[in-house]
Amino acid sequence: MPMKELDTFRVSYLSILDEDANVDKELEPKLKKPELIELYRQMVWARRTDERMLKLQRQGRIGTFGPSTGQEAAQCAVAFAMKEQDWFAGAFREHGVRLLRGETLTRQLVYYNGQEEGNINEGSANPRNLPISVIVGAQPLHAVGLAYAMRLQGEKETCAVTFMGDGATSEGDFHEAMNFAAVWNLPVLFVVQNNQWAISVPRSKQTKSATIAQKAIAYGMPGVQVDGNDALAVYVAASEALERGRRGEGPTLIEAVTYRLMMHTTADDQYKYRTKEEEELWWRRDPLVRFRAYLEAKKFWSEKDQEALEEEYKVEIEKQVKAFEGMSGWKPDAPFDHVFGTKHERIEAQRREFLAEIAKEADRG
Amino acid sequence: MAKLNMVQAINLALDEMMAEDPSVVVLGEDVGVDGGVFRVTEGLIEKYGEARVIDTPLAESAIIGTAIGMALAGLKPVGEMQFCGFSYIMIPQLEGHGSRYRSRTHGQFHVPLVMRVPYGGGVRALEHHSESREASLGHFPGVKVVIPSGPRNARSLMRASILDPDPVVYMEPKRSYRAFKEDVPEAPETVEIGKAQVVQEGTDITVIAWGAMMHTTKKAVEEIRQARGASIELIDLLTISPMDTETICASVRKTGRLAVVQEAPLSFGPASEIIATVNDHALMHLEAPVKRVSGYDVVTPYFGRENLYMPTVGRARRGIEEVLDF
Repeated sequence: MPMKELDTFRVSYLSILDEDANVDKELEPKLKKPELIELYRQMVWARRTDERMLKLQRQGRIGTFGPSTGQEAAQCAVAFAMKEQDWFAGAFREHGVRLLRGETLTRQLVYYNGQEEGNINEGSANPRNLPISVIVGAQPLHAVGLAYAMRLQGEKETCAVTFMGDGATSEGDFHEAMNFAAVWNLPVLFVVQNNQWAISVPRSKQTKSATIAQKAIAYGMPGVQVDGNDALAVYVAASEALERGRRGEGPTLIEAVTYRLMMHTTADDQYKYRTKEEEELWWRRDPLVRFRAYLEAKKFWSEKDQEALEEEYKVEIEKQVKAFEGMSGWKPDAPFDHVFGTKHERIEAQRREFLAEIAKEADRG
Repeated sequence: MAKLNMVQAINLALDEMMAEDPSVVVLGEDVGVDGGVFRVTEGLIEKYGEARVIDTPLAESAIIGTAIGMALAGLKPVGEMQFCGFSYIMIPQLEGHGSRYRSRTHGQFHVPLVMRVPYGGGVRALEHHSESREASLGHFPGVKVVIPSGPRNARSLMRASILDPDPVVYMEPKRSYRAFKEDVPEAPETVEIGKAQVVQEGTDITVIAWGAMMHTTKKAVEEIRQARGASIELIDLLTISPMDTETICASVRKTGRLAVVQEAPLSFGPASEIIATVNDHALMHLEAPVKRVSGYDVVTPYFGRENLYMPTVGRARRGIEEVLDF
């Protein structure tokens, strides 16, 4: 019996706006001027706030965090394609998504200054943003459960979008989430930000697969690799995936090829495992630079607009940092309030002891 | 009033909750068409459909992980870990997320899920099917761990677990599944999670047990009563965590003596926590050292030896009498 070919598989790569800002006119999304400007503004906001947070961390004014610089297109363009009602289950580097979905810099500073209050969705924050998830690869399963609940509750047009990195694709939970989402045919969008490095481990040591996108094939869902520094490509891929989900056609995997331009977290020294030359190469692919060039070519943006934006953000960042620094009075025993939603004497007894002990500590001076 | 065994009683509680509340869903391996390998979920898929009684792919982490997502969106999932030995896989999701969404967001998100875990020895099962690991789960803040001992409290505890706003691990002593029947009232009952139950009042000694060991301990207590007329206060712990300090300590203050019977390994077990609790609040009332009648710190042996390793009526009796005779 000769071997019979059962199937063949292909993996697609999507690029619309290349690193020299050349546009593929056929694939270019039909976004209007205000929409394009808004997307650009969001990416710049993510970058400027990231830069400021890094400075604040270096000054000891906030704790450890993972900068998102370089990944703005991979993050903001997905969030831009999402609808208000969609759920977001991210990891810990998606500041771009969080800010676009209404979270403030102030609250990020509160969180990274060590207070869980920075995870509370209030004001402009979308109530369907899940908080930061530090354990790598765990949150995609939550997105699958959310999508299941939405369908059961009759919200058929609601998607769940989950983000992770290339490292997370080695975790079992990632594969289980892909499998469950596909078997249950749920509207889940898996966005892998392949930023080339999982702390010190390069993409080449993470998986033998030629692409991460192709992992979707085994689970019976579409997977596409996109230029993750090309906001237009990311937007188009995410929009198509979300529309498929809303039509009841199941999950999608997007591999956004990008680069973590900074350290893994502020506690990391990236030059222990990679070179400045490699970073230089990726700085030339900066998603902000090419998107601005695209807008300028369309006469939607000018140097003057940029100056005005930088000034606006400078003022806004100062305002939000000030608001953060004016905050105090964190309730010391709040953790006891939130062990359970019901009161238990065993917990309450420990709260009383805790309060008595910290009072005594204060007396010691 | 109906006479039910524990499997029927848990099934009844699930059925009642699913009928009352459309947000209750059941998920796990073989829970649908098969009705669960122990038949605890039998008949539910016919009544409530496969959207609410979900036969999942074979992946424990995903069962709890997706249940967490469902719970975050307002469903009340009841997941099944087929056997205790497969339940360790759920711990990263349980400790890492299920127990933390509430504290992580100061109560904005919470995770009202139940994970059912058949546990314990005595049914001549394969390897990994017979452990008693309630202590390890009780160590995680934000997780409640409950264990019924009979059909009636199995039903009320399941109802309480589903109504609870936080993750509850509901451990089912599978040796007791079909061991005996009990009268279960017509109307649904609930109990307060975190409360132990004094099942028999007494003045000479307090004896605490839970799960399958309640049955063993009850027999030992009855033997002692008949043999020497001792007045024994018997407590069914019901909730491993958060543990009921008051009921335990009030009893020990009254009796001055304590023995604990557990199937779990000796070291770091719930019995140790009970003794430490008594130490904190009722030490000066003790008239004798506290006795632990316990499993041993060995890997649960295959069933050829398991009965040698689990506390028996005889061991429980000797342990209780040792304290009485001190």
